[in-house]
Parts: sequence; C-alpha cells; structure tokens
Amino acid sequence: MKLIFERSRAGLRCATLRPMEVASYNLEKKYLRKDVKLPEVAEVDMARHYTELSHNAFGVDSGFYPLGSCTMKYNPKLNEEVAALPGFAKVHPLQDADTVQGNLHLMADLGASLMELTGMDGMTLQPCAGAHGEFTGLLLIAAYHESRRDHKRNKILVPDTAHGTNPASAVMAGFEVINIKSNEEKGVDLDDLREKVGPDTAALMLTNPTTLGLFEKNIEEISKIVHGAGGLLYYDGANLNAIMGVVRPGDMGFDVVHLNLHKTFSTPHGGGGPGSGPVGCKAQLVDFLPQPVVVVNKKGKYELDCPKKSIGKVSSFYGNFAVMVKAFAYIKTLGGDGIKESAEHAVLNANYMKAKLEDIYPTEKRYCMHEFVIDLQKLKNETGVSAKDVAKAMIDRGMHPPTMYFPHIPGVIDEALMIEPTETENKETLDNAVEVLRELYNMAFKDPKYLQDAPHNTPIGRPDEVAAARKPIVKFEGEY
Amino acid sequence: MSNYLSVTEQECKEMLETIGVNKCSDLYADIPSALKNKTFDLESGKSHQEVYDLLSSYADENTVYNSIMRGAGAYDHYIPSIVKYLSQRSEFLTAYTPYQAEMSQGILQSIFEFQTMICSLTGMEVANASVYDGSSAAAEAAFMCVEKEKRVVLIPENVKPQVIETIRTYLRRRNITIKVLTEKDGFIKDGKVDQDKLASVIDEQTACVYFEQPNYYGLIEDAEYLCNIIHDKGAKVIMGCNPVSLALLKSPGECGADIAVGDAQPFGLSLSFGGPYLGFMATHVTKETMRRMPGRIVGETVDDKGRRCFVLTLQGREQHIRREKALSNICSNQAHCALVASMYLTAMGKEGFKEVASACTSLAHYAAQQFVQGKVELKYKGEFFHEFVTVVPCKADKIVDKCADKGILAGLPIGKNEILWCMTEKVRKADIDAVAEIMRRA
Repeated sequence: MKLIFERSRAGLRCATLRPMEVASYNLEKKYLRKDVKLPEVAEVDMARHYTELSHNAFGVDSGFYPLGSCTMKYNPKLNEEVAALPGFAKVHPLQDADTVQGNLHLMADLGASLMELTGMDGMTLQPCAGAHGEFTGLLLIAAYHESRRDHKRNKILVPDTAHGTNPASAVMAGFEVINIKSNEEKGVDLDDLREKVGPDTAALMLTNPTTLGLFEKNIEEISKIVHGAGGLLYYDGANLNAIMGVVRPGDMGFDVVHLNLHKTFSTPHGGGGPGSGPVGCKAQLVDFLPQPVVVVNKKGKYELDCPKKSIGKVSSFYGNFAVMVKAFAYIKTLGGDGIKESAEHAVLNANYMKAKLEDIYPTEKRYCMHEFVIDLQKLKNETGVSAKDVAKAMIDRGMHPPTMYFPHIPGVIDEALMIEPTETENKETLDNAVEVLRELYNMAFKDPKYLQDAPHNTPIGRPDEVAAARKPIVKFEGEY
Repeated sequence: MSNYLSVTEQECKEMLETIGVNKCSDLYADIPSALKNKTFDLESGKSHQEVYDLLSSYADENTVYNSIMRGAGAYDHYIPSIVKYLSQRSEFLTAYTPYQAEMSQGILQSIFEFQTMICSLTGMEVANASVYDGSSAAAEAAFMCVEKEKRVVLIPENVKPQVIETIRTYLRRRNITIKVLTEKDGFIKDGKVDQDKLASVIDEQTACVYFEQPNYYGLIEDAEYLCNIIHDKGAKVIMGCNPVSLALLKSPGECGADIAVGDAQPFGLSLSFGGPYLGFMATHVTKETMRRMPGRIVGETVDDKGRRCFVLTLQGREQHIRREKALSNICSNQAHCALVASMYLTAMGKEGFKEVASACTSLAHYAAQQFVQGKVELKYKGEFFHEFVTVVPCKADKIVDKCADKGILAGLPIGKNEILWCMTEKVRKADIDAVAEIMRRA
C-alpha cells in the first residue's frame, strides 16, 4: 500500500479556504522557516487513501474481537452523534461557567452515576485514559498519607498478575513496587500479603475480577489485612464490566478506583485512544482530587472549583469531554437495570465459551467472570504450536485474536490466551469462535507448520519485529 | 429500557444449559453474598430517541458563539468536511491498539504517516504516536530530560498556566525541583523571556528549560538564541509549539531544541470543551532520546516475504514489557485524534496549511491594529503570531459581555483590564470590526 507521501504530486489541492478579507501580513524574516513539507493530493486521492487504510484495519464493527482485558464491546452510534452536537463540540474550554452550564451539568451527572456504580464519594473526570487514572489515584493516596504526616508509606503492593500499567504508574507516582505472589487459585496469596504489608505500605492495587477473569473471593479478608496495616486499597477498573451494577468496589473495601470509559462504558477505542479514566475516591480523599471539580453554588448554578488540598492538574482542561458525553449517553440508554443485565451477559458469554472449550484447552475450573484464560503450554509441548500461532491462525478465520501472553507468571502460565467475548456478541458468533478454536487445536497435531506460518490470508505475513527494533525506521525518508 | 445485547431468550436458555446453571446470577457464586444485591440508585434505561433528546437538552444549555476570538490553548479552526467524514469510518473508530500487525496495517500506517508529518513540521527525527495533550506532553518531556544529578526544571512564567500546573503534578513525587521564573523577578521582559537573566540561573543541576513558541501572550520568542544559551549552560531545551505556527516559524529542530512538544488540537479536532486533544512529542534521534521517549512508536519493517509493513516498535520501553522499570505508564493514547490530525494536514496540504497560518497572523495583526484606538493599547511591543494582549480602559469583563451580545466570544481576560485575543482563519473581518467598535466605546 502506498504511503500518503507517495501519492503526493506537487500543485494538487484538497480543502480550500475563503479568500483573505484583510491585507496579508508578513512576519519578520528572521523568524521564518524556508519551507514545510506536507503531502499534496486531490480530494479523491485522499478519500481513496484513507478508505484503503480502513480496509486494512479491523474494528468491533468488522468482526469478533475477544481481546481480553480490553472489553471490545459494540460502540453505539447514537453516542457518536450526540457527542458531535454543536452545543458540545463548538464550546471553548475557557468560556465562562454561565455559558457552559450544560457541560458542567453533564459532568456532574456523569460523576454522580459513576459514584453510584462504584460506591465512591467523589470523582474526577480529568484523567484521559486508564493508566492516567492510575497515576492520578496513586497521587491521591500519596497526598492522603502525606496529609497525615505518615511519610513512611512509600510502597505499593502489586500482584504478579497485575496489568503492566500498575507497577509503572506506582513508580511514576514516586512509590516503590512490591510484588505479591498468587496462590493456587490464582488469587492474592494471603500469607505473602501478610508478610509484605506493613507500616511502609501506601496501598495495594488490585483488579477484581482479576486478570485471570476470576472474582477474588478473599477480597474482604484482603481489605482487612491492608486497612489493618494502615494502607489503602486501589481498584483497577479494567475489569469492571463483569460486575457493574452487581457489586461495588466501594462495598468491597476499595478506597480509590479508576474506570475506563472506553472499555466498560462503550466508548470506542479509536485504534488506541482517546479513552477516559475517571477516578473515584472515598470521602477522606475527596479534598485531594485534581482541580477543577464541578460544584453547585448557592444560586443553584454549576461552577468549577478547586478542592482544598488538590494534587493539581493532570491534563490541560477537564479531561476528554467528548468521551464523557458518549459514556453518559450509554449509561442513560441502559439505565441501572440494563447495566446489570449487560454485566450478566458478559459473564454468560464468557462462561459459555469456556464450557465449550475447557475439555481441550486447560483453564480454571471455577466459573469465570467476563473473561477466561486458556493455557496452551501442553499443546505447545505436544505439537510445537504456541499461543501466538493459534492467535495468528484466528486472524485467517476473520476474527481478532485474544490477548496473548498475558497474564504471565513464569513457570505457571507461559502460553496464555485471554478471551473476553463481551456481552454484545451473539450465540452464533460465539459458536463459530468455539468451532474455530477446536479446529485449530486439531490442526496443531495434524499440520503444525500451517499454524506456525499463519496468517495466510492477510495483506502481510508476520513482520520482522527484531529488524524493526534494531534499526528503527520511524518516518518516511523518501522524496515528496 | 434499551440495551445493546444480541441474544434471544431461547438462546440465553440454551447457553445457560450448556454451562449447567439456571440463571446468569448463579455465575456470581464467588462473590460474597453480603456484598451482592445492593440496589443501585440509577434511573431505568431510556429509548434511543429519548436519549438523543436528553443529550440535546444538555447541549442546549451551553452558549455556542458565532465567532470565537479566544485561544489560550484551545483553537477554533476550520475542519474540512472530508476529515470529519473519513475519520468516522468504523474500522478506525472501533479498533483497539494495533497489537496484531497482520490485520492492523491501516492503523499502523496511519500512525507512521502521523509521525512523519510531526517530524516534518518540528524538524525532528522521531515522533511518538501521541500522548494525552500538550500539557502532559510537556510533563513527559521534562521527565525525559531529568538525570541523576540534574533534577531542576526551569519554566518561564510566560507559558500556558495549565502546562505549568500539569508539569508540577506529574513531577511532584519524583524528587525534581520545578522553578517558575517570574516576571516579578525580572525573568520576563515585555512579555518575552529575558535571555541574560535566564542564562544566569542555569547551572549544572538544571536538567532542562521549557519555553513556548509563540508564548502564552502570543509573542514570538527568539527561540534560536534561547536554545543556544541554554545549551551553552549544559541544559536541555523543550520547546512547546503551537502547531499551526510551524507552517511559518522556524522549526524547533532548526532552532536547536532537544524535544518539541505541543497540542495538535488545531489540526482538525473540535474544541469540545477541552478534549479529546492531542499531545505530540518529537526529538532528535540519539539512542538515548529515542529509547527514553514515552508512548507508542510505529516502525517500518518487512514481513516474512520481504514486503514493506509497519509494527509497534521499541516496545521494550513500555509498561506492558517493562512494568515498574518502564519510563512512562502510557497505554491508551490519543490514536484516533492523531489519525484526524494527519487527515487534516493531508486535506490542507502543503499550500493550504501555510494559508491557514498566514490567515491567522494576518487577521490577528488586522485586529490588533483596529482594536488599538483611543485608550486601548497593546500590552507588549514584540512580534506576535495569532494571539496578542490588549489593555483596556475598563474592566475586561465589560468588553467580554458586550462581545457576547453580538455572538462573539471575546479574548480571555487575563488581568483586571487585560485581554488575550486569538484570531484564526475562521474569524470574519466584520466581526473584528464589530469588536473594534466596542473597544472604541470602551
């Protein structure tokens, strides 16, 4: 496929502007650059270029996308349309509060709904993604301990199955990371936790359901242990989709949560963003929230205010507002009942696939939540076909592969495929995926080479990633 | 109630039978019962039509101005129809991060094209696939510059206040000192960075200096000279750029900056009350800088048959590989915004992009000339791009209110009687004349 620069032909124009209504002003020469290089194409060339690119992309609208931990549910079109309403899209972030009452009202209402769903007392919508939310939430925790002059608490406990963002965020927030082992049941090893928790513990970060798609049964005990040592409990909301409307992180004992509106609340992932990562917290942390927050003044009007001991700002304005509008439309469409029903169906779909695969693909015996992990180590030992090979072969069958090699516990789970069907998929899709996975399993024994060479029907085969990293080419170097 | 499920009652029954339970809630057996079955205080769901009406009613509570003369970090530019149309293609919109290169070449190539365009505009060698916004880009860049013995970040006060605040938050627990160089202490003269005064405070502990081009007041800094003196003192330079100005002004690469950052919201992204916007970062290629760059980077390679293709590369920097040793935690970024930005730059093209910048600066200079009459003055004498500050003989709010009566969002009051104006190619001469009339009567 040609790059846009390779389609460029000098002199062609696409969009045009109105003729200048005032005299042209020339800036002083000493400030000016010689020229600027950008492609020159006609509108039809541009339309075909990007349409071709879109044909070489795969979204939820293209087919089944069981990418574990990413909650690739259907993205409703209504949400896109309302977020683009001129009353939202054409509003400047620095307009006076009087002129943006609708936006502030929406932010207040969305915050209230998210607080209700998570059992929190305060909420900021400012973080722009899940990892951004983690960082923000950990700063709240740091500020809380600092305000109590409890300066020794410089460690964050993180299970070995946690998302990579957890330890990375903890370090960004100035903490040291202590890993906690998993027990036989792939939950937090309570003995290891008891041993490592102490007066230097700032918090434990936990995903529940865990990254293995299992509900952490010992959550009440974990909460007791961590709080008993004076630490706080942080909820990574990546897997909230399984339990939204069923059980609340706040009731489980969590003090701080982040949500991923682009997972749980149906806003599209956009090929890697924009997301939105609101952070909720219990009352004792509310004063530290990023500024500004939306409040109602004495006259009943919405305005922006700075919490008393705010940690400051984590982004330029109020966060990814248009994403919030989409999530709010989703919550309003589903309502309390629909949210619960969606969670139940996410769990139903995952358990259905699990039930139809577990005789050949080893997985945990318990009911899973919204996702489950199959371990292909045995298959690899017997046939040489790896998790990656099966994943690549799925591409040939018109579906996006599951998350590969995560979670990874060396020696325990080394060949993971994490399958998250989401609630919006129908039975036929799930049956088809099951059939494909079973066929691939059998083929691994008959013709392993075929799987190891997959995919076969894509525009490109497996890329040479080592070459890409060794001698990086990160921009087009040709003439245009 | 509406939902987005795709299952009939009969199918649901069959699925439950396959699993061996009676109802969905049986699958939640692992959740302690004391925690379950709380009632949630949320309204029941609404029909799609009702939701459309409801959301419209929120939108209607806002004021939409016919003409926007306010910038200060968010800019109202013309967005070509083709950008809005093509970017909404659902293969782009509903995809995840392109982990599976074989089925994601479209997304990967679009990021590679974005990186190339950002490099072209900034005069740099490598750009990442985006960060959240201009403020977080500046904060991430500042952290890139910090070394063991160099832990002081200097920021002149004449940059966007939201950037200073975000850098402060990002670095507050990394054992880094942030010094804001104030006008009061003589670091800002006539709105611009005082070069000698700046030079006097850079020492061996200084990791970097962040400054903006144009600065918060719209003034064009002598960037080349600033870069030189900062480098002479052994510190690095982060240059925060308005991306539209890069059509005309010397690029950060030409000026000698080490890292260029900014917010590419002006490239086809609507104002949308502050987000989603688009942080960009670019730097020279040295082994060290490229490997310290946060975020996704797409690289070119070949497939097993030798065909050109694109992959996420240098992933050894990132959180999902490095965990606590990663230099940044960024995972989701602003990929779709980056796609929109490259579509915008393609649609405007080389000539159109220069015309946008030229229209902005021409309209801004016309406006400044028309506004400065009677008792109204320009606060600063220096050359500016498309933003400028006027001092008015009344309360700034009074001017803002009078403009609002005419459907015009005036500049941003940044002092009791100071207003920071911005003109883009969307602003009409007639509206500038109308504001000039208001100023005349002020």
